[in-house]
Amino acid sequence: MFCDVCKSKEATVFLTQIVEGKMQKVNLCESCSKQKGVNDPTGFALADLLLGLGAAQEIEKNPAGVRCPACGFSQADFKKTGRLGCSVCYDAFSEGLSAMIKNMHRGVIHTGKVPAKLAAVRLREQELGSLQLDLEKAVKEENFEDAASIRDRIRLLETADDLSESKPDDSITASRDEQAGSPAGAK
Amino acid sequence: MKLSRIIANTGEWLSGSGLHDQIVVSSRVRLARNIKGRAFPGWSKKAERVGVLQEVRTAVEHLPEMRESFSERLEDLSPLEKQVLVERHLISREHAAKGAGSGVVMNTAQTLSFMINEEDHLRMQAIRAGPQLDEVFAMINQTDTELEETLDFAFHRDLGYLTACPTNVGTGMRASAMLHLPGLVMSEQANKIINSVNKIGLAVRGLHGEGSEAMGNLFQVSNQTTLGESEQEIIGRLNKVIFQILEHEQNARQILLQQRAETLLDQIGRAFGILCHAHFMTSKEALNMLSFIKMGVDLGLFPSKWRLQVDELFIETQPAHLQKGLQVAKLAAEERDSLRAALIRAKLKEMPEPEIGKIPINGSSPSPEPPGTTTKES
Repeated sequence: MFCDVCKSKEATVFLTQIVEGKMQKVNLCESCSKQKGVNDPTGFALADLLLGLGAAQEIEKNPAGVRCPACGFSQADFKKTGRLGCSVCYDAFSEGLSAMIKNMHRGVIHTGKVPAKLAAVRLREQELGSLQLDLEKAVKEENFEDAASIRDRIRLLETADDLSESKPDDSITASRDEQAGSPAGAK
Repeated sequence: MKLSRIIANTGEWLSGSGLHDQIVVSSRVRLARNIKGRAFPGWSKKAERVGVLQEVRTAVEHLPEMRESFSERLEDLSPLEKQVLVERHLISREHAAKGAGSGVVMNTAQTLSFMINEEDHLRMQAIRAGPQLDEVFAMINQTDTELEETLDFAFHRDLGYLTACPTNVGTGMRASAMLHLPGLVMSEQANKIINSVNKIGLAVRGLHGEGSEAMGNLFQVSNQTTLGESEQEIIGRLNKVIFQILEHEQNARQILLQQRAETLLDQIGRAFGILCHAHFMTSKEALNMLSFIKMGVDLGLFPSKWRLQVDELFIETQPAHLQKGLQVAKLAAEERDSLRAALIRAKLKEMPEPEIGKIPINGSSPSPEPPGTTTKES
């Protein structure tokens, strides 16, 4: 049986842990078990190891010692504490984190409340995205009349962006909110 | 506002002004938020935490709903005061362990509380008595929307609200309800229910959350995932499950009444006897005994006007609450147990004996001996 982490060496350490009634098993080779701190049972949570397997492999792909450009937090710090250093860490370690987040949650995209300040930006982006798709489709179908009108609408939206950026509390936002229901999750 | 004044009142969710439900004791929703561009509390230097505390505390204190409030730096609270707040579920055990650079703000009704620089920069919660998840969510959601105007929260276009731990990312919301389930425990179904709830991505925990024991047959049911569903969807799912657990609990009680009425009367009677006459009582024993009395009130064995007193004892017998009025440093465990027993005896002094006639014992099969008790043949 091979080690679950490096998948190359023979597993010699077999761990079973029951967390909230669920049994989890993991098999490790000697060097990986040491690296994961398995010889220190107090500071070791199997769930973290299992959830973090994807992340652990990503680290090995990355050059050693990747650090968050904003706060200097490293992947090793994350492995030790299970917490991130700052909000930029989510982007800095996104490769490893995405596997972990996928395992933890019911989805990978936030569908809940959006701060009102950002809701407008978000809606605009979504609208622009879908217009771009419409435009490509129209061009493909050689429906140039529609394509031209879609392009005009995109231009209009983009100029509206510039306006709203200089003036965040704009009325355009409010009217768009009504069209698309309440994106901010407010009743 | 002084903390001593806040402590003197049990707060809306524990006092007579709250909704006193038989099974759903309280409902709570907590939101985790962080300030954009600042390192999370666990990774930031003290000076930075003090800065965040200042910024967030000022914003919270200026909320219209916090006009009557208590606000303090954690290093200015005594260990006993912190423990009282933990026992009331106003701050977490983790937060109570924090010192310089962390703070707490709460309203006088104790329905809204804000932990600053716990694991995240801001964790705010709304709590109320009874089954009111939708109402407490509406409360805290409004507060969050108001705070948004002055604070810039870290938000990611795909991942939503960013939190120190990836398990909270997305909505940053933990919604939970405290359930009193003596029927399911007595009929040994509680574990089955807990396991099936865990399977659908919700968590069941003991009285004080993660890693705590289920005492007094009290369980907390909460959402475990925070990303991929909206706040309303999460609460909707939780409400459905709570309703189902509620039905199971009611069924379990019905079956106990039909098949093991005498066991039930025995347990409630013993609990009443012990509570009224014991001179030493640990908080665990007190909670377990009070749980039977609470069920006794539900079943009509005691007049319903006693419900409030019994509910109050659940909190007043906790270690820190017991000592809060005293001007002594710290009582030894044995002194606390004696004090606790005296408090319960005094409070239940006028309580009438259970009206056993309310529960007919007809055709009940010889009931098995209740576990952990011995009956003397004499």
